[in-house]
Amino acid sequence: MTLLEIKNLSLSIHNIDILDNITLSVGAGEIVAITGESGSGKSMTALAVMQLLPKGVTTTGQIILNDRVLTELDEPDLCNIRGNDIGMVFQEPMSALNPVHTIGQQVTETIRIHDRSVSRQEAKNRAVETLNRVGLPQDQFPLSRFPHELSGGQRQRVVIAMAIALRPRLLIADEPTTALDVTTQGQILNLLKKLAQEGGMGLLMITHDLAVVADMADRIVVMRAGKIVEQGDTNHLLQNMQHPYTKMLFAASGHQVSLPPITPKLPLLEVKGVVREYRLPRTKIFSTPRTFRAVNDVSFSIRRGERVGLVGESGCGKSTLTRAILGLDQVQSGVISVDGAPVFSGGHPNLDVRRKMQVVFQDPFGSFNPRHRVDRLITEPFHLLADPPKGTARTRAIDEALLAVGLTPQDANKYIHEFSGGQRQRIAIARALIIRPDLILFDEAVSALDVSVRAQILDLLAELCEAYNLTYLFISHDLSVVRTITDRVLVMKSGKIVEHGETTSVFENPRHPYTRALIAAAPVLPDLSQAIA
Amino acid sequence: MKRNLFIGSALTAVFILAALISFVWTPFDHAVLNIPNKLQTPNGTHLLGTDHFGRDILSMIMVGARTSIAVALVAVGIGMGLGVPLGLWAAARQGSWMDELIMRGNDLVFAFPSLVIAILITAIFGAGAVNAIIAIGIFNIPVFARITRGAALSLWQREFILAARVAGKSTGRISVEHILPNVTNLLIVQGTIQFSLGILAEAGLSYVGLGAQPPLPSWGRMLADAQTMVSIAPHMALVPGFAIILMVLGLNLMGDGLRDYLDPRLRVVRA
Amino acid sequence: MLRYTLKRLLSLLISLAVASLVIFVVIEVAPGDPASFMLGMNAQPETLAALRSELGLDVPKVQRYFAWVSGMLSGDFGTSYTYRTPVIDMISGRLWVSLPLALYALVLSSLIAFPAGIFAASRRGQAGDISVMGATQLGVAVPNFWFAMILVLVFAINLRWFAAGGFIGWNNGFWVGLHALTLPAIALALPQAAILARVMRSSLLDVLGEDFMRTARAKGLSERQALWRHGLRNALIPVLTIIGLQFSFLLAGSIIIEQVFYLPGLGRLVFQSISARDLIVVESIVMLLVFSVIMVNFLVDLAYAVVDPRLRSRT
Repeated sequence: MTLLEIKNLSLSIHNIDILDNITLSVGAGEIVAITGESGSGKSMTALAVMQLLPKGVTTTGQIILNDRVLTELDEPDLCNIRGNDIGMVFQEPMSALNPVHTIGQQVTETIRIHDRSVSRQEAKNRAVETLNRVGLPQDQFPLSRFPHELSGGQRQRVVIAMAIALRPRLLIADEPTTALDVTTQGQILNLLKKLAQEGGMGLLMITHDLAVVADMADRIVVMRAGKIVEQGDTNHLLQNMQHPYTKMLFAASGHQVSLPPITPKLPLLEVKGVVREYRLPRTKIFSTPRTFRAVNDVSFSIRRGERVGLVGESGCGKSTLTRAILGLDQVQSGVISVDGAPVFSGGHPNLDVRRKMQVVFQDPFGSFNPRHRVDRLITEPFHLLADPPKGTARTRAIDEALLAVGLTPQDANKYIHEFSGGQRQRIAIARALIIRPDLILFDEAVSALDVSVRAQILDLLAELCEAYNLTYLFISHDLSVVRTITDRVLVMKSGKIVEHGETTSVFENPRHPYTRALIAAAPVLPDLSQAIA
Repeated sequence: MKRNLFIGSALTAVFILAALISFVWTPFDHAVLNIPNKLQTPNGTHLLGTDHFGRDILSMIMVGARTSIAVALVAVGIGMGLGVPLGLWAAARQGSWMDELIMRGNDLVFAFPSLVIAILITAIFGAGAVNAIIAIGIFNIPVFARITRGAALSLWQREFILAARVAGKSTGRISVEHILPNVTNLLIVQGTIQFSLGILAEAGLSYVGLGAQPPLPSWGRMLADAQTMVSIAPHMALVPGFAIILMVLGLNLMGDGLRDYLDPRLRVVRA
Repeated sequence: MLRYTLKRLLSLLISLAVASLVIFVVIEVAPGDPASFMLGMNAQPETLAALRSELGLDVPKVQRYFAWVSGMLSGDFGTSYTYRTPVIDMISGRLWVSLPLALYALVLSSLIAFPAGIFAASRRGQAGDISVMGATQLGVAVPNFWFAMILVLVFAINLRWFAAGGFIGWNNGFWVGLHALTLPAIALALPQAAILARVMRSSLLDVLGEDFMRTARAKGLSERQALWRHGLRNALIPVLTIIGLQFSFLLAGSIIIEQVFYLPGLGRLVFQSISARDLIVVESIVMLLVFSVIMVNFLVDLAYAVVDPRLRSRT
C-alpha cells in the first residue's frame, strides 16, 4: 500500500532549479533511502514532504500522503499533519532541541499541540511511554532533564521520541546518524528499523552513507544535482546498477588504494607515557578542582616510512593527542620526541622539531585565512625555516607543491574561496608538503568530503607516498578509510591505546572487545565488485 | 542595501565638510554678538535664524560641528587604540589570569557610564572639552575590547590559526597577521556606531556644562541656551537638535550600510 | 543554582570593593587636600588644620578609606563640606526622584521595545518591519534631553497636559508623583526603546534560524506558536544584557533629564556640589550610581540563570 507518493516534483529558489522532476513513493512499513552527494537535493526533498521549505521557493508537481495532496493544503491543515501524520528527525541532535525546555516539555508538546483534550498528566504519561520506546527509561532519564544534560545519541533519541510520539504513519530521517559516533550510530539505526517494523510506519531516510543505505533500506533512490538517476529495490539495485553515477558512487564508497611497500627504518616519532589533563570546573566552591585525563599514559612510536592510523570515537582523546604531538599544548608527563629531540622543552615548543612535522586538518573551509592568496597560504610553514627560499626558489617550491597535489602553478594567485572543498584539501596537503616534513599528521583529513572527492584524495595520498616516501599519522573515526590507507593502526578509547598492530590483522582479528564492537558497529558495504565493474 | 550606505555617507560628508569649511569661512562670525538682531527666525540673511544674542545660528552650527566631530573622533581613537590591543591580548591568552583581569577591568569600566566619569573628572580638574573626550574615550575602551575579544576568540578556534601555530608563529604575530585583518570590518562598523554615540554623549555633556566651555561653540550648549527660550524661539532648540539627529542618523545609516556591504553577519553592539 | 548565585555574589562584592577604591583614589587622593580647596588659597594654617581634623582628613589615607567604606555600610556617608549636614540626608530625598525615574523609563522602554521588536521580526522584510526599523533608526539618533525639551514645548507649554517641570514629591499620592515623572520618563525611554527594539528583533531573527525552531515546526507548531513557545525565551538572553546596560544609561541619562525638568534629583545635587567643590557629596553620589549599576548587572546575571538552564547547572 502506498503511503507517500511524490509525483513529478520540481522546485526552484529564485529561478535556480534545486529539484527536477522527482518521482518516488514510500509504502507502509517500508524503508526508503535517498542517497547522493552534497548538492544532490536529497534534504530539500525531505523538507518538501514536510512542506517546510524556505521562503521564495516555487514548486510544481504533487506530494500525496494517504490521498491527501500536501502541495495543495493550506498552512493550518499542514500544521495538523506535521508531527501527527509525519514525524521528522534531523541531523544535528545538539541543536535540534530547545536548550531552555526540558525533554519532557518537548515531547509532551507534540502530543498536546495536536490534541488539546489530552490532560497534562495524560500527556506526561504518554511522553514517558514514548521515551521508553526509544530507549530512555524514566529511572535514568526523567522528564525533567534538559538537553544539555544528555549525550548526542541520547538527544537524538529524544528527537525521535518527539517525532514518533503520535505514532505518525511516515517518519522522515535526514542524516539521523551523521553527527554521531559509529557505535551510537548502530544503535540509532536499529531503533529506527525497529520502529518502522513495529508500527507499520513508512521510513524515508536521507543519508550520504552508502553502507548505511545498503544495510537499512528496502529501496534505494540515488540522486544527483536535483535529479533521480536511479531507484529500485535494494538487493536488485545493488546487483544491477545501471547508471554510471551510481556505479561511481558505490565504487568510490568502498575505494581501496594500494600503498607502496615499505621498509621501515629507525624510529621517527616516539611517544612515551604521555598524560594530558584538563582542569574541570569545580562542583563545590571549596573542593579541590577535579581533572579530566584526556590522554592517559599513551606510548607508541612511528618509524620512518610508516603509515599509521589512529582510530577512536569522539572524546577518546585523539584530538588532544594530536595537539600534543604537534607541540601546541604541553603535556603533564611523558615525552614526545621526533628523531630523539623533544617537541616541547623548557616550557616552549621546539622549533627545530616543529619543522619536521606538518598537519592537514578536517575542515577544508576553515583551515585557510580567507584574506590571503594561495601562494602566501601554502608558504606559511616557511616561517619555520632558518633560511626560507626567496624569489625564484620560492616560486619553484610553490609550483612544485601545487603540481604535486594535482593543481597548477597559476592557482597560486587565487584566493581560497575560488576553490571547491576537494581542491582546498589538496591545497592543505600542498601546504604540509612544501617544507618536506618528515612526518605529516592527517587530522580527519577526508572526513568532510563527499565520497567521490574522498576517493580522489586517497589516491593522491597513495601517489605521494610513492613520490615522497611519506611518513604519516592518519587520525580518523572512519574505519574503512583507515583500513586502506595505513600499515599499522592504533585504537584509542577513553584516553588510552587499547589495541595496536598491523592494520590488516587488527581488522581481521581484533583482540580487544572495544575494537570488536567498533568494527561490528560500522556498517559495511556488501561486496559489489561484480555490480560495479 | 546600498541605499543606506549612500544616504549615510552623504549626510556624514555634509557635516564633515561644513566643519572643515568653518575653518576658513562662515556666513557670519559665530562669536559676534548683535543684540538688535536677536531671535530672528530663519530668513534670507540668517538662513537658520539668530539666537538670543543675535549670533548667526548656521555659523554656530558649522563651528559646533568641529567640536562634536573632534571630540567623538578622538574618543573613538582612544577606545580603539586601547580597546583593540586589550581585546586581542585577552583572546590570545584566553582563560589566563591576564584575560580574566582585562575582562573584569572591562566590566568595572562598564559600571561607570561616561557621564559619571565626566562628573569625576570635572569634580577634580574642572569642565572642558578635553574632559568630554577622556570620559567618552574611557567608556569606549571596554566596548572595543569586548567585541574584539569576542570576534578574536571565535577566530582562534578556526583551523587556519592552528595551521599558523603549527608553522611556528608566535601568538602576537598571529594576532597581528591573522586575527586583526579578520576583525577589521567589525571594527570599522563598530567605530561608526561609537562615533555616533560620541556625538550624542558630547552633546549631553556640553548641555549640562561638563563639556565644551564658552567661547568654544557646541551643539549641546546651544541647546542649553535654547532651553529658556523654547516657547518664544523654538528654532533655537530645533536647529541644533536636527543637526545632532541628522549627523547621528547619517553615521548609523553608514554603519549599517557598511556592515551589509562588508559582511552582513558581523555582530555589533549598540547600547 | 546556589553555586552560580554565590559566585555572582562574590564577583559583585569584588566589583564594589574595586569601584569604591577607584572612586576614593580619584576624588580624595588625586586632587590633594579638600580642606585647602574649601578654604581657598589664603587660608590660615590653624584654620586649615582645624578643618582637616573636623573632616577627619588628618588620619592616614588607608584608614580614611576604610572609615569611609564602613561608614557607608552603616548608612553614614559623611558630612557635607559645604552645608555641614549629613550627606545621607541630602541624598536620600533626591534618590526618591532619580531611581523611580530610571525604573519608570526602563519599564516604558521595555513595554515599547518588546512588542515592536517581535512585530518587526515576525514580519521580516515586509512593510511593517521596514517602518518599525526606520522609526528605531530615527529614535536611536534623537538626544534624550532635546526630545525632553520638545515634549515640554508640546505637552506642557502648548497642550498643558503636564507641568513643564518640578516635582512636589510622593506625599500627594503615587499617581500624582508618577504623573509628574511621565514626561521625563518618556524622554528617557524612547531612544533606549529604539535600541532595545532593534536588539530584540535581531536576537529573535537569530533564534528563528536555529535548528530547534525547525524541529518545532516539524512537530506541527504554526509559525506563530513556534515563535512564542520556543523563540522568545531563547531570544531573551541577549536582550537581558542590553537591559542591564541600559539601566546605567538611564540612570546617567536621568541626571541630564533632571536639568530639563528642574527635578530635585541626584543630578541637580551633583552639579551643585561640583560647583561648590563639595567633593564628599560628589563622591557619595558617584558611589551610589555605580552601586546601582553593579547591582542591576547582578540581577541580570541571576535572570540569565532563570532563563537559561545551562547556566544553572554549569559553573
